[in-house]
Amino acid sequence: MASGMKRILVGIKRVVDYNVRIRVKPDASGVITDGVKMSVNPFDEIALEEALRIKERGAAEEVIVATIGPADCQQQLRTCLAMGADRALHVQADGIVEPLVAARALLKLTEREQPFLVILGKQAIDDDNSQTGQMLAALWQRPQATFASKVQLDGATPEGQPRLARVTREVDAGLETLEVELPAVITTDLRLNEPRYVKLPDIMKAKKKPLETLTLAALGVEQRQRLKLVRFDPPAQRQKGIKVKDAAELVAALKSKGLL
Amino acid sequence: MSNRILIVAEHDGTHLNASTAKCVTCAMGIPDAEITVAVCAADANAVASQAAALTGVARVLALEHPANAHLLAAAVAAQIAALAGPFNHVLGPSTTFGKDVMPRIAALLDAAQISDIMAVESATRFRRPIYAGNAIVTVEVEAGAKVLGTVRTASFQAAPTGGSAPVEKPAVSAEIPAHTRFVSVSAASSDRPDLQTAARVVSGGRALGSAEAFQKTLYGLADKLHAAVGASRAAVDAGYAPNELQVGQTGKIIAPELYLAIGISGAIQHLTGIKDARTIVAINKDSEAPIFEVADFGLVGDLFQIIPELERLLA
Repeated sequence: MASGMKRILVGIKRVVDYNVRIRVKPDASGVITDGVKMSVNPFDEIALEEALRIKERGAAEEVIVATIGPADCQQQLRTCLAMGADRALHVQADGIVEPLVAARALLKLTEREQPFLVILGKQAIDDDNSQTGQMLAALWQRPQATFASKVQLDGATPEGQPRLARVTREVDAGLETLEVELPAVITTDLRLNEPRYVKLPDIMKAKKKPLETLTLAALGVEQRQRLKLVRFDPPAQRQKGIKVKDAAELVAALKSKGLL
Repeated sequence: MSNRILIVAEHDGTHLNASTAKCVTCAMGIPDAEITVAVCAADANAVASQAAALTGVARVLALEHPANAHLLAAAVAAQIAALAGPFNHVLGPSTTFGKDVMPRIAALLDAAQISDIMAVESATRFRRPIYAGNAIVTVEVEAGAKVLGTVRTASFQAAPTGGSAPVEKPAVSAEIPAHTRFVSVSAASSDRPDLQTAARVVSGGRALGSAEAFQKTLYGLADKLHAAVGASRAAVDAGYAPNELQVGQTGKIIAPELYLAIGISGAIQHLTGIKDARTIVAINKDSEAPIFEVADFGLVGDLFQIIPELERLLA
């Protein structure tokens, strides 16, 4: 596909909605997802929002949203188109897609689309892996700026693309700022932005936007599963404790446990 | 046959982060572990000798390079990947440092990563939390495959000191990319204990109502208790506390002896960050708040009256 156009690629994942209380199946074979509400991974919505804002500031011309997963993922891609993405790429894959497979598929899409920036959520709230963006950056041999809470683009190439990103990252020590040459991979933290709400007319418009379906095989990516999921268990529950009536009773209770 | 394990050390150039000692304990759980710690630094001497003193460490590899003055994922990953060939397992902490760099190493080695290892069942079988800790999955890697992993530090005690492993400085031929540059890091403030390793944590939520109230109400109590200060996501989002204080699924996962949740309702994403705390105290005016379901001691009432009284009682 032609380069030249200033593109941002956004990777998204369909996940069990943030508000659903997850339960493990009685036979330990997985978690219950039948009939459960599914949504765009919240961190990926933040990634898309950031891409849209960059485009609205004029630093990008096209925002492409991509996912790897089963046919149902097209619902979430449509949501992203309704938010404002220009077109969607659906890499069809049933069964488990490990982060390294997702990263390889996204690498193929970057080769095809030549984005100057790939933005993804810092983690998916289902498997909590926090791997795909970093793996893509490694395979692409490009910089990564993970856990971003602020993104500023700077400079311009002869083709008019931004040349650098200055990214503030939420790290254990506080806020770290990196400067990365573009193209690069950015993964988003919670406070980067607040994603917009989708309006009804936008949902109608999104139905006409292009959504292309691809397969892992056509991209030349093997859907290899390297980690066997042996069993799923509910977490150990904490015992519910006691109520104390005031501060004095609390201090006495903590002292009796040797905590003060 | 021994399992050769490489641990990627986290440090600030001077001090080895406690998360590394926890990775050592995790690694010791792997049968026949032979543990090597890799220290990437501009000048590795101080940190390497701290790593060498951890019980269980057989060898420290100091990788010295000017590019390691600040640990950047792209640079560290290139060096570790160049070194990782003979190792069965490559582990790092599940801190922002390890979460950033380990998947990059995994991809360079064409290996899968197991994130947030909370228990070791065998050299190839591990347990990890998913869905914000609402389920625990047991995963098994293919026999013979390299295992990349991040270690959930709240699940392991720090390995004690007392060892004296040799420190080597191997020549590593890795091409270190120059496309990423460190600009700055916000000054880590405070003489207060570190949130991730503190024995006691005083944590505040949205009910504090403002940054001023957060500071005024919690810091005095924290000082009396020699406690670190934490915050819920809601408090950080509202600007009451800086991001590095956030405790929970997307913040820090901690395991203090005593955790005081003050004005925190106890969203599941917050609870996942504290479930390994020895004792949880909840103070909240809403007696139905979910935090009381996990608290060892619950006190229903107005925090603005209770906290000053607690301070008086502790004086």
